Amino acid sequence: MSTAPSAPGQPIASTRPAAVSATGVGKVFASRKGADVTALEAVDLTIAPGEFVSLIGPSGCGKSTLLRLIADLDSPTSGSIEVFGKTARQARIDQAYGIAFQQAGLLPWRTVRSNIELPLELHKVGKADRAARSSELLALVGLSDFADKYPDQLSGGMQQRVAIARSLAESPGLLLMDEPFGALDEMTRERMQTELVRICAETGAAVVFVTHSIPEAVFLSNRVVVMSPRPGRIRDVIAVDLGRAEGRGEGLREADSFFEAVVAVRESLHGEPAGAPAARGVDQR
Amino acid sequence: MKQTASLPRTILAPILLGVLAVALWQLAVVVLEIKPFVLPSPVSIATEFSSSVSSVWAASLVTGANALIGLLIGAIVGIIAAIIATVLPITDELSAPLVAAASVIPIVALAPVFYTMFGADKETARQLVAALAVFIPVYLNTLRGLRQARPVHRDLMRAYGASAWQTTRAVTLPGAVPFLFIGLRIASSLAVISALIGEYFGGPIGGLGKSITSAAASSNYSLAYAYVLGAILLGLVFYVVTLGLERLVSPHRASASAP
Repeated sequence: MSTAPSAPGQPIASTRPAAVSATGVGKVFASRKGADVTALEAVDLTIAPGEFVSLIGPSGCGKSTLLRLIADLDSPTSGSIEVFGKTARQARIDQAYGIAFQQAGLLPWRTVRSNIELPLELHKVGKADRAARSSELLALVGLSDFADKYPDQLSGGMQQRVAIARSLAESPGLLLMDEPFGALDEMTRERMQTELVRICAETGAAVVFVTHSIPEAVFLSNRVVVMSPRPGRIRDVIAVDLGRAEGRGEGLREADSFFEAVVAVRESLHGEPAGAPAARGVDQR
Repeated sequence: MKQTASLPRTILAPILLGVLAVALWQLAVVVLEIKPFVLPSPVSIATEFSSSVSSVWAASLVTGANALIGLLIGAIVGIIAAIIATVLPITDELSAPLVAAASVIPIVALAPVFYTMFGADKETARQLVAALAVFIPVYLNTLRGLRQARPVHRDLMRAYGASAWQTTRAVTLPGAVPFLFIGLRIASSLAVISALIGEYFGGPIGGLGKSITSAAASSNYSLAYAYVLGAILLGLVFYVVTLGLERLVSPHRASASAP
């Protein structure tokens, strides 16, 4: 660690580097016919440790691409991404994050327990420690009775909970989630959201959550990042102040503050004049 | 719950149909006075089968051994070839026309050639015919299975920083197993059929194929049918053992239909 003063704009909490810090990130997908597709352009985003940030926007706005860049599943064509002060690549190798996708992506030939233990197994964690950790996680997601079942024997919601448990296996400080509840029905979805809020409060992990549901983003997040397509860029960042996780019960979904935040995100998303300076939105026409 | 309810349907119904068919057959032979060389009655076949069960058993052992050796060789070579073709796609491109040709020609047609190559007094030709017949379905299905890795699993393994070998062991190989068994199930019956038909083209006596032809040649039709029955049972044993092996190796498939 150098003793140099932290970069301007960095908050006082400089002892802990930001969970995610993206600077001037761009991603161009080269297509064979020469017509390159700019998926992301000039994205700057800093996410504090323990913060829950949602990325929301229409299809093609690059929100999943941004998540994949943070996860180092793709590399940016310009700019840089740091995760807990390391390069994205190093962070991936060091298992600094856990990840969950829209598809649960469980291995069907492994039991629920051994699916959760997969990352631990790959990183040579001992058998007894693995069993202890998976029992803990099974309890956390409420699936202790299903440890020895196979994924095909579970409902979609349960499979997704297993995937979340798996993403938490190595107690990461950062969770990356790409529409994890996208394939679930509304009822299950709301229950999963409530559970996720509780799990995040218990683990203290920062979360980057990709979604295209406005209520979902508002309910879960500290900040909602609104993105616009072609080229994908950040249009707006809306702080949602609905209180800390403990207070976020089902009642919140009917609170005025919740609706106000939903309206704010919706107006930003649709580029409607909300009294806010909409200059950037106009620029893009 | 569901399994016990469907048990009568899945097991009893086919048995009932079989019994009915055999009864009708017996009735037809007796009432219509069908000559034994046209169609022997089930009762006479059963009598012949039980009186010559030891020779049917001995013949089944010979043919079964050929089929088993062919199945093992064909399956092992098929699996290895599929792995090589996955790792080195160039080998797949080179061998694609050959495999396509091999899957079209009836392999037993090669039996006479093999007899002259390896000697008509040896079982080698039959085993080789069976191995070749087995190779094709095992190779093609395993290859497909190995290429089946889902993108989400690949992403996941990359996110875990897993090595190529770890990914192969944790995702690619287990993912190919169901496909391998589809190939093996087809191959298990093919191995018996090929080993048996191979006997029609020459080679030493003693197997089921030779026994069927010699019984038929000496007008002992009931005995010929008794050997045919033996061949059916042998084929069933191969199929059921393969199926059992599949259940053993992939318990998640057996239990997936439970709830």
